Amino acid sequence: MIKSKTKILQLTVTLTACAFLFVPIILSVLAGVTANYFQGISSGFTLKWVFRVWELYADSIFLSMRLAISCLIMTLIIGLPAAYGLARNPGWLSRLLEEFISLPLAVPGLALALALLQLYGSMKGFRASWTFILVGHVLYTMPFMVRSILAVLASIDLKTLEEGAATLGASPWQRFRDIVVPNAMPGILAGALTVVTLSIGEFNLTWMLHTPYLKTLPVGLADSYASMRLEVASAYTLVFFVLIVPLLMAMQWASARAQRISQ
Amino acid sequence: MTFRLTNTAKTYPDGTRALLSTKLTVKNGEIVSLLGPSGCGKTTLLRIIAGLETPDLGSDIWFDEDNVTSLPVERRNVGMVFQSYALFPNMSVRANIGYGLKMQKLSKPEIEARVSEVLEMCQLQKFSARAVNALSGGQRQRVALARAIAPRPRLLLLDEPLSALDASLRESLRDELAVLLRKFNITAIFVTHDQDEAMAIADRVAVMSNGRIVQSGTPEELYRHPNSAFVAGFVGNAMRLDGKCTGSILTLEGGGLKLPGEGSGHNVFVRAEDVRIDDNGSLCGQVETITFLGTHYRIGIKGITPNLLTSIFVGQSAPKFGQSVKVAIKPEALILLPAGEI
Amino acid sequence: MPLLIFSIAFLALPLVRLFLASGESEAGWAIYLDILRKPRYLNTLILTVLVSLATTFAALAVSTTAGMFLSRNRFKGRGILLSIMTLPLAFPGVVIGFLIILLGGRQGLINQITPGHVVFAYSVIGLFLGYLYFSIPRVLLTVMAAAEKLDPVLEEAARTLGASPFRVVIDVILPGLMPSLVAAGAIAFATAMGAFGTAFTLATNIDVIPMVIYTEFTLSANIAMAAALSIVLGIVTWALLLIARSLSGTTVAAGG
Repeated sequence: MIKSKTKILQLTVTLTACAFLFVPIILSVLAGVTANYFQGISSGFTLKWVFRVWELYADSIFLSMRLAISCLIMTLIIGLPAAYGLARNPGWLSRLLEEFISLPLAVPGLALALALLQLYGSMKGFRASWTFILVGHVLYTMPFMVRSILAVLASIDLKTLEEGAATLGASPWQRFRDIVVPNAMPGILAGALTVVTLSIGEFNLTWMLHTPYLKTLPVGLADSYASMRLEVASAYTLVFFVLIVPLLMAMQWASARAQRISQ
Repeated sequence: MTFRLTNTAKTYPDGTRALLSTKLTVKNGEIVSLLGPSGCGKTTLLRIIAGLETPDLGSDIWFDEDNVTSLPVERRNVGMVFQSYALFPNMSVRANIGYGLKMQKLSKPEIEARVSEVLEMCQLQKFSARAVNALSGGQRQRVALARAIAPRPRLLLLDEPLSALDASLRESLRDELAVLLRKFNITAIFVTHDQDEAMAIADRVAVMSNGRIVQSGTPEELYRHPNSAFVAGFVGNAMRLDGKCTGSILTLEGGGLKLPGEGSGHNVFVRAEDVRIDDNGSLCGQVETITFLGTHYRIGIKGITPNLLTSIFVGQSAPKFGQSVKVAIKPEALILLPAGEI
Repeated sequence: MPLLIFSIAFLALPLVRLFLASGESEAGWAIYLDILRKPRYLNTLILTVLVSLATTFAALAVSTTAGMFLSRNRFKGRGILLSIMTLPLAFPGVVIGFLIILLGGRQGLINQITPGHVVFAYSVIGLFLGYLYFSIPRVLLTVMAAAEKLDPVLEEAARTLGASPFRVVIDVILPGLMPSLVAAGAIAFATAMGAFGTAFTLATNIDVIPMVIYTEFTLSANIAMAAALSIVLGIVTWALLLIARSLSGTTVAAGG
């Protein structure tokens, strides 16, 4: 009897939490396609708010995508060799470097943005270009890429595999291409999806680093929450969900897969 | 190919001397085993030969007339079977075996043909499309061997190739490996800590201890004429008979023993199979342990040497625990080695 | 290594610069004492800590219950519940703020379905709910990962020794989960302390540290104070997450 009572309590808590998390999402989706939210759903469904969002904010969506893809490329170019180097040379120095690049995970984005502004804010050309925001995003997403790859590489005997390839005549570059990269693939994939998802959703750093001419999707969202009618804000949020939810699911799937492999 | 290595040593940055100055020659088609306990430097020597470790300055490694000392591993054209096999998990069996050929930039049809040939030799045709993770230990071992020999290396190196397998499988694969290596007709060096394995596979065994090759010879030579207590103990588990030599008589706790020659200044060793329980024996002891091993018994006898003296007893009526027995050892079965050596 | 160059240029140097900037006002390095001396900053600090603590305990209570339930029971719809509860992981703080407005704002659901005039989105309660929304998925994932690792044999052993289900929870499950709970709590606390996006949408009239940093920087141009507060905040969250990681070995994305 006691057991079923605890179960009912647990189920209630779980369902309440789910409702708390999910109902607002439903509300926002509904509000985004309702003709007049104040009157309620009876006012009919429409896509006009979504089109309105497109007119107003298409630029921000494209900028976010461009940033996400550039950020992915940068984290791959810098992160993959770095993760490989860290995996091949374990030691306190590598641990320290890994810890150091992980700082942006722990230090609030606001503080990092302030730091970047303090040092580079006076370099006008750089400050006003989208690459300034890109630096922030790369900084923030880099640890996810490096750690994701590192976790997979640490689980295989990379040194012996490479020696095996070397005895078969493979040069260092061929070993990297044929052995290291394919075996790190699950980690690269999980890292890549994480980087893109986080970059598209990043607000804290971006809000401080952006200029009026360079609005990313979340910055645009904040802007619409402050100045647009609820239906437009909701429709914009809906667009964001459509973009981010599949990415999030792919990311969770890839991360779970990478974790399975590294165990 | 004839392999020659002179004055080769390895000192680690922390000063550890893993390998003292070593000389080794392997004739064309010969299979040599480096045998020794863990930490004796055998794996270091093998890795130096492969090019995976850099030897100290002054070392010289020759493949026929080529000095390969400073050649990186990928250009030495050696085949290596790793202890853990190091099969590439991202490739199928076929791709693993074909990888070395791909590195030699052979054409696709050539690679296909060569891989198929090797698959057949190693009886792996059934598994060619499998992922390496889906193979049993024995199959992995054969894939590792097939991968190493597919590019027709000048020299085949094997690092403890059987140690990752369980005991029952190890014995059957040991004989199979011996047959395969002869079939490939390749010059090979393989490292092991298991004397049975070394004897079963190798034409010649180099016994290593503390970073040196202490004796090298055919299995029979090592067994019959060890040059040191270490070799006598490591190859064939010889036991030391700890007693006092006067002329050609050795006096032990359990009695006297006739030696084949002058004994003073020598240590005397004997192997368990030469210790016979015999009513006419000159030594007296008492049975302390009896282990039945199917084809024979191992009997530990106390009261003859400070430690138990082991005897192999073949027959139906083994002596019982606590029974007093007479023991005989033929003079020619005794191994005399100069004293003062370890 | 390019990584080293990149992180020195864009991480190490800016942080050093930020630290130096915090000492450049008239107050000098005493600015760090000002945080404790001036009521405005002290009250902000206390309020932020209180809201973060409340969030932490609420999130732990909810997520541990739900996490244990979801990892111990297999039923239809479990996957859907799990997806719903981890969905907000990728939502930026601003979006969560907006979702709270939809719940408790002037046009919000609660205001519409209740007879009285109930608007809580812009109060401390709204902020608390926003932080909670943020923390539940993170705590849940940490707890569930720990619950999967918990050896069910221990529970069975306790049962064979005569422990009631309630005793099993007290004697076996909670002690087993404790390191992860502490870790998850530290993550929740650190995230709440540093959450800017949510505060940005909801806390227009509430002083929490990230908002004060923002206003000091943009409105008052009090760069030294903004920098000093950032440094303090950064050190606190960093230290907390370090503890969390050493206890559970996992890191769930902070931010928001």
